[in-house]
Amino acid sequence: MSSPHGLDATSDPRSDVGSSVGADRLPGEPAEAGPGVLASELRSYLLGLALALLLTGAAFWALHTHLIYGPGIMMAIVVLAVAQMGVHLVFFLHLTSAPDNINNTLALAFGVLMAGLLIFGSVWVMNHLNHNMLPMQELIRMQP
Amino acid sequence: MSTSTDALPPGALPQGGRPVDPSHLGHRNDATAAEREYTGAGAGGPAPKRIVVGYGFWIFILSDVILFATLFATYAVLAGNRAGGPGPHALFDLRNTAEETVLLLFSSFACGMASLAVARRNLLWTQVTLLITGLLGAGFLVLESGEFARMVSRGAGPTHSAFLSAFFTLVGCHGLHVTAGLLWLGTMMAQFWAKGFRQNIRHRFLCFTLFWHALDIIWVGIFSLVYLIGEVLP
Repeated sequence: MSSPHGLDATSDPRSDVGSSVGADRLPGEPAEAGPGVLASELRSYLLGLALALLLTGAAFWALHTHLIYGPGIMMAIVVLAVAQMGVHLVFFLHLTSAPDNINNTLALAFGVLMAGLLIFGSVWVMNHLNHNMLPMQELIRMQP
Repeated sequence: MSTSTDALPPGALPQGGRPVDPSHLGHRNDATAAEREYTGAGAGGPAPKRIVVGYGFWIFILSDVILFATLFATYAVLAGNRAGGPGPHALFDLRNTAEETVLLLFSSFACGMASLAVARRNLLWTQVTLLITGLLGAGFLVLESGEFARMVSRGAGPTHSAFLSAFFTLVGCHGLHVTAGLLWLGTMMAQFWAKGFRQNIRHRFLCFTLFWHALDIIWVGIFSLVYLIGEVLP
């Protein structure tokens, strides 16, 4: 006798519907088709596209502007890049903070933590290493 | 009768309210309160295949992001070691970078349109939007390989300096991902055409859209951190 909950995912048609009853939603997954859904989804994608183009334009503009304090340009570009990644996640991958998205967001948070530790940790450690090393010319001069 | 929420067993449903464990980690949420009381959050068996496949692929995407993070870190550390060779300012053509960025962004947008068409089981629009996605991705690869060829012909190949090795590894790895994505995209078009909107094909397609959007997110990092910041570095 088969399980009442349909453990066999291929034979039970409910298994594909089951999660839309109230469980997880996947990143990048479109909503169930219905009246008005297409228009609202299109609007979301178009808004994301417009925001991404705007942020890309702003990053290229920030490079040559004199409105930003020179040494701060690098930080401005990093901020714009992080903002655009957020736009992609929200409008293209439909990541939200709703309960049906908590698993996705938690996994993403862990990935971002790892990436941040790797990048900032490496840069930090290597800069200190360079700072505390003798310059190469001094080292060569010290050879007998 | 008023029972306080924290007195309930884990996974139990408070009266008429939301589940105590709203994140229901990987499990179905339609089990009855009695089932939850005896078996915890695992009541009702494993999550549907759609969730398992999609969530598993999301974890893979994040591991790929960590792979790219190591390459970004390598590049950031080595960017100053030019071995007397040319630096980013002399090598990069920002116009080319802007064109690549726009191509990949519109490709990602077209991929989103394809996912809307697949949700509505519209074969014509699925194939048209996937074709546009692929053509824009191929355009990106043409521009990128042209840039690589120009750099190598100027003597600034990956063997010249640590900076160039790190650059070609990072940007080339992204280019390889896009190439693999294009192969996958062609496979998806053929499978939709030959097999229709079967459940397992749609699962594969969901994974593909995740992959393609993630590649665009990584490109945002590359054009900002490598090309634009390379321009302001000494």
